[in-house]
Amino acid sequence: MNDLKKPEKIKLRVNRKDYTVTSHPDQPLLWVIRENLGLTGTKYGCGISLCGACTVLVGGEAVRSCVTPVGSVAGKEIVTIEGLSPDGSHPLQKAWREYDVPQCGYCHSGQILSAAALLAKNPSPGEAEIEEAMSGIICRCGTYQRIRYAIRRASQMMAEGGKK
Amino acid sequence: MNRILNVSRRNFCRAGLLGGGLILAFSLPGRRALGQAAPVGGSFAPSAFLRINPKGETTIFANKSEMGQGVYTSLPMLIAEELEADWTKIKVEPAPVDPAFNHTQWGPVQGTGGSTSVRSEWERLRRVGAAARIMLVRAAAETWRVDPAACRAEKGFVIHEDSKRRLSYANLVGMASRLKAPQDIPLKDPKEFKIIGQPVKRLDTPEKITGKAVFGFDVQFPGLLTAVVARPPVFGGKMKSFNSDKTKKIPGVKAIIPVPSGVAVVAVGFWAATLGREALEIEWDEGALSNLNTPALREEYAARARKPGMAAGGRGNADEALEKAPKKLEAEYEVPYLAHACMEPLNCTVDFRGDRAEIWTGTQMQTGDRNAAARILGLEPEQVKLRTTYLGGGFGRRANPASDFVTEAAQIAKVLGKPVKLVWTREDDTRGGYYRPAWHNHLAAGLDEDGKLTAWKHTIVGQSILAGTPFEGMIQNGVDRTSVEGAHDLPYAVPNLLVDLHSPKTGVPVLWWRSVGHSQTAFAVESFVDEAAYAAGKDPFEFRRLLLENHPRHKAVLEQAAEKAGWGASLPAGQARGIAVHESFGSFVAQVAEVSVGPSGEIRVHRVVCAVDCGRVVNPDTVAAQMESGIVFGLTAALYGEITFKNGRVEQSNFNDYEMLRFGEMPKVEVVIIPSEEPVGGIGEPGVPPIAPAVGNAIFSLTGKRLRRLPFRAEELKKG
Repeated sequence: MNDLKKPEKIKLRVNRKDYTVTSHPDQPLLWVIRENLGLTGTKYGCGISLCGACTVLVGGEAVRSCVTPVGSVAGKEIVTIEGLSPDGSHPLQKAWREYDVPQCGYCHSGQILSAAALLAKNPSPGEAEIEEAMSGIICRCGTYQRIRYAIRRASQMMAEGGKK
Repeated sequence: MNRILNVSRRNFCRAGLLGGGLILAFSLPGRRALGQAAPVGGSFAPSAFLRINPKGETTIFANKSEMGQGVYTSLPMLIAEELEADWTKIKVEPAPVDPAFNHTQWGPVQGTGGSTSVRSEWERLRRVGAAARIMLVRAAAETWRVDPAACRAEKGFVIHEDSKRRLSYANLVGMASRLKAPQDIPLKDPKEFKIIGQPVKRLDTPEKITGKAVFGFDVQFPGLLTAVVARPPVFGGKMKSFNSDKTKKIPGVKAIIPVPSGVAVVAVGFWAATLGREALEIEWDEGALSNLNTPALREEYAARARKPGMAAGGRGNADEALEKAPKKLEAEYEVPYLAHACMEPLNCTVDFRGDRAEIWTGTQMQTGDRNAAARILGLEPEQVKLRTTYLGGGFGRRANPASDFVTEAAQIAKVLGKPVKLVWTREDDTRGGYYRPAWHNHLAAGLDEDGKLTAWKHTIVGQSILAGTPFEGMIQNGVDRTSVEGAHDLPYAVPNLLVDLHSPKTGVPVLWWRSVGHSQTAFAVESFVDEAAYAAGKDPFEFRRLLLENHPRHKAVLEQAAEKAGWGASLPAGQARGIAVHESFGSFVAQVAEVSVGPSGEIRVHRVVCAVDCGRVVNPDTVAAQMESGIVFGLTAALYGEITFKNGRVEQSNFNDYEMLRFGEMPKVEVVIIPSEEPVGGIGEPGVPPIAPAVGNAIFSLTGKRLRRLPFRAEELKKG
């Protein structure tokens, strides 16, 4: 790690908005999103990619922002929980509300964005595919069962929406 | 545009300062403080739980911290029920720290814990709602010049049936606020409840699925710096000297401040602060605990457990009955230290302005934390405004009588002279202590020729969580009740019972951890009673049931869980069931776990059927959610949780070596709620205790191996 290198200007595109931030390119994206952009919906849980609370979408992929150097995602399309939908109306957010999924709520930005990346690629995932996509995000409150129900429900909503 | 969240400017309204609305000040006599004499009569502070503004928006100030357990919904439900409020107009805000919001059962402190939130506010908050409704009805009656008795309230309106007139609460707040509070405040017959007992949607969900919910970690405002602390590698250690030359060269580092707990690095943002900390060179005096090693501690505990301790409960003569018993069994059960591992690591923001201070933190203990900060900052408690944020998990860790994270933050802020947010990394959190104590249990039981239990002896060894805290006065005759809860009052019909306790001091900081003593006594008791059932040649469910004749609520949940789980019916090959029942925090929970064990000994829990009797239910969906949550919490401890020491150092650091149950391991959980008119019981914790023994009992049923130590170890179950 080149600790002493001076910060640089880095162009970021987050939630369809362009930003120029001043940061060392090695700084994890998580801290730039939270501290420079003030988007605190993305959470710190472990700092080493073990819990998934920091998950954001980069080019549609679920990425752990706590280990993603900000310099590596310059110019890429980044989506945080704040940008998933303008008004909390993404099918996953609706389903999350229907099942009242969150308890403490701290991990759910990561949960929802991981599920969003899954459904964007695979709108009707099987149980094994859901498990694979979701097992990287820890919920200490144990809301996993409701997360599973809500993902199935959102998938169903998307299918119904598609028919209309 | 940068969106910087400025919490100090959020509309954090203090009841009592707002014009134009009805602010209902209200008080009920507080109950006796813990370990203290009854307070002198008349000294009760006014309260302010409710505000209705001229738009009809109804704000409820929650005096309990929302850490996932759903109190920001269940507490408003209590007020709204009696208020006859329009639920869609209800908003909730965290209450400020004020004696008005003190706990109704804990003495003069504001706090959240012991699964008491709804139980302790059940009466007070319903009266708050009822008193407000009475005043609003009177205001309408006076407007119409009719008898208040001819009016009724419904969904935010007062209605005069005879004249078909109606006025909304919004239109009545001005007049109602000029009326005197009623003296006589009758409450509804529960048969008339419209909100209580319904699966009401959580009020905090919308914020929590859009990233808007503000946790302590999320507090930010211009000029706020971030601090991390380098702490000694061994509990009780002290900093001898340090060199911060390299730290000072890291861009963004603003200050290096020695504090009693170590050395703080203050910087612009988390990353610079942690890089700065890594660059510190510190010489530590490790202190007396540098020879603390888990294997030695386990041996020491085991040796103690074979000697009598302080008597904590019993009946008859257990020693004599055990001596005479034709059949005896004996076993030792062990559990390790556990970290709470809240998803949101500990943090606290302090803005100290010389003659006043503001603090933002997710705490379960507002009064103690505020007072601790005030002492450090040289202020009166009233000069410190503590704002309770959302808590990213609490589980007891954020209710620390030592106020550790708030104390550290205040110490840094005092020296720094600028606003600062202290944060703990995950590693700090895992290694930072205040663990659930490690415990050792020695159990012995006697059975007669018919397989009836005649004697039960249970010796418990483990640190007191109250010793050395302001709650030490609760220790009576050498017995910390939280150490023996769930054991000393064994519900099973056994004529001779003895429970005794050793409370060694190890120097490891310990604390309550979701379900406290029950988190381990249930494992020991419910596993050992299973052993007794097999020794008696009886079915474990039937054995328990027959011994619970005098405990109908235990028996009912046991029967419900067994029935719903299909106890006795066949399962797929390689699976077996285990059952356990336990009372804690005024509620009764039985769980049946369906378990399989893989070829390498890996334990898989497929399904858990959970029956709960928590008395009268406020929000059934919350009850179900808390059972699901408790099961995951307990299962995580049963399968993974373990903090160990080597040369005084905690061997775990993060989720790689302090693992959590993950999505793919989640069993299917089915919750049965027993309809009940009994007093409201707790719900945040009682789901935890039965799961470890239910799983252990299933493993025994499947493999014939009795696992008596948590976490369960795959190597003990490996085939061949």
